[in-house]
Amino acid sequence: MPSKPDLSRQTPPTHLVRWQSRIYAIVGLSILLIVIAALATTVGSVKIPFLTTCQVLISKLPFYYATPVWPSGVETIILEIRLPRVILAGLVGAALATAGATYQGLFRNPLADPYLIGVAQGASLGAVIGFLLPTTWHGMGVGVVPLFAFVGAIVSTAIVYGLARVGKTLPVTTLILAGVALGALLGSIVSYLIISSGEKMHGIIFWLMGSFSLSQWTDVKLVLPYVVVGIAVILLYARPLNVMQLDEEQAQQLGINVERLKLVLLAAATLITAAAVSFVGTIGFVGIIIPHAVRLVWGADHRFLLPLSVLSGAIFLILADLIARTAQAPTEIPIGVITAICGAPFFLYLLRRRKKVIF
Amino acid sequence: MIKIEVQDICLGYSRKEVLKGVTFQVMPGEMVGLIGPNGCGKSTIIRALTRIISPYRGRILLDGKDIASIPRQELARMLGVVPQMPLLPSAFTAFEVVLMGRNPHLGLFDHESQRELDIVWYAMERTMTQHLARRRVGELSGGEIQCLLIARVLTQETKAILMDEPTANLDIGRQVEILNLIKNLCRENNLAVLAALHDLNLASQYCGRLVLINNGRVHAQGTPSEVITNRNIKEVYGAESCVYTHPANGLPAVLVNPGNGRASNLRKVMERDEV
Repeated sequence: MPSKPDLSRQTPPTHLVRWQSRIYAIVGLSILLIVIAALATTVGSVKIPFLTTCQVLISKLPFYYATPVWPSGVETIILEIRLPRVILAGLVGAALATAGATYQGLFRNPLADPYLIGVAQGASLGAVIGFLLPTTWHGMGVGVVPLFAFVGAIVSTAIVYGLARVGKTLPVTTLILAGVALGALLGSIVSYLIISSGEKMHGIIFWLMGSFSLSQWTDVKLVLPYVVVGIAVILLYARPLNVMQLDEEQAQQLGINVERLKLVLLAAATLITAAAVSFVGTIGFVGIIIPHAVRLVWGADHRFLLPLSVLSGAIFLILADLIARTAQAPTEIPIGVITAICGAPFFLYLLRRRKKVIF
Repeated sequence: MIKIEVQDICLGYSRKEVLKGVTFQVMPGEMVGLIGPNGCGKSTIIRALTRIISPYRGRILLDGKDIASIPRQELARMLGVVPQMPLLPSAFTAFEVVLMGRNPHLGLFDHESQRELDIVWYAMERTMTQHLARRRVGELSGGEIQCLLIARVLTQETKAILMDEPTANLDIGRQVEILNLIKNLCRENNLAVLAALHDLNLASQYCGRLVLINNGRVHAQGTPSEVITNRNIKEVYGAESCVYTHPANGLPAVLVNPGNGRASNLRKVMERDEV
């Protein structure tokens, strides 16, 4: 038993754990995220120099005072129109990528994405009902559509969870099957409601494909706490999630309370997905592709896969939204179209370049 | 030091009763072999000992405490397992898989320090797996994986170890290496070791005591000479065999007998050659 080994001569080569290069990746991606976010704030229908954008943004940092040398209109465009949109895109991208990585890890299934167990269909049904209600009620800054979408997402996942539970355990395969079945059911109801929705059809379809065009600070304030807390919880469980990659029996024998882990991670991942989706619609592709791309480049260890997915997801969706609003200006392209058009070729390139086991 | 006590456990899967009152003990510093035919309940006993399934009668004591009352993480610090042909995530490196053995010792807010890495590296040295450290486990052979699993259980630093067919995928040289290693660890650190083994000869050579399971009951238990007898093998396995004494150490050794009536011939040949 290696309880009292002569450790002086037993030091493993540090490159074995590949920690250093991954920590560099985290730092590098964080810097890239800030640069991309600033860049995305600069670009738009009104031309604002990059330097001015940086000055405006920096002037808003705490403990920093600068005399404005720019027109107040510029400040409004940057702070009230573009910045909330960029931040919301970053939050949603981070949330979807992290939730995707979590579901893939938890289910040990490379095809899992944040919408696998009914979140998207529940949110869509809620949103469609919200659209069809003859009311424009607003409470605490939430419109009826996001509220219903959020409730729909949570309720449908809770139903799937309840259906899949066997006694005190939650078999993962049953959970996925229940999710797919309920998703199909809700999806068909959504389709029916759409074709009978009349002139509201365009708005509904636009919502389903996802858009950041209506982003405001109130949205950011509502989404932020869910996403931050949810991601923090998930990051905390990165090491147990690694051990879960063995199988449930081994994970238990290595001291993991598997059922509690599943419950905590499912709740956290579902919550951040629901919060993200309810304001901007069911944006596809981010949640399944970003985690795999990160895995291809940096390996499958969740302690790095998760934080790197947070950063990559945010960067990816900020860029996708930038393209969505500028490529065909003044018309906006639904962001779900962009994520697939830009993301798929990039992912296929990664897949071909590194022909190795990634999952 | 930990003593494993299995007291009269009965358990089953849905309708089928698998264990029907099994009682035995493993003392510290002792290596006990669990033998018996396929489907007799060996693996079920190991699963019961790690609380994957709970007996509906009887109890299992670890260090005098009922395992039903021990939290999982604490249980994993007392009792380590080498599973049989487990699923491993093929994209992880060998080093990362062995490092998972430290999980029971780390809380939610801890991270692996240099100490954990050193423990892993030392365990990999003892199991001769250091050269595999950077390889992905999906590329490794069954024997290499078996050695990694033993390295993993060593990094768990438990006082009791359960093994389900630890030598199943190994060639004869590796079988001896691994069992020697386990035997030495058991003796040096007073570990309680319970190994489910198919190979009666290995069980006889390495285990101080054997528990022979048949049909969910203990058919016989005691020293190898008491358990491995022609009569027991006939009764439990339904196979004709010849039990001899090993020429080097006097422990029982089993030779199978392929056809009817040849056992006596074989015995005559062995006696003539004074093997």
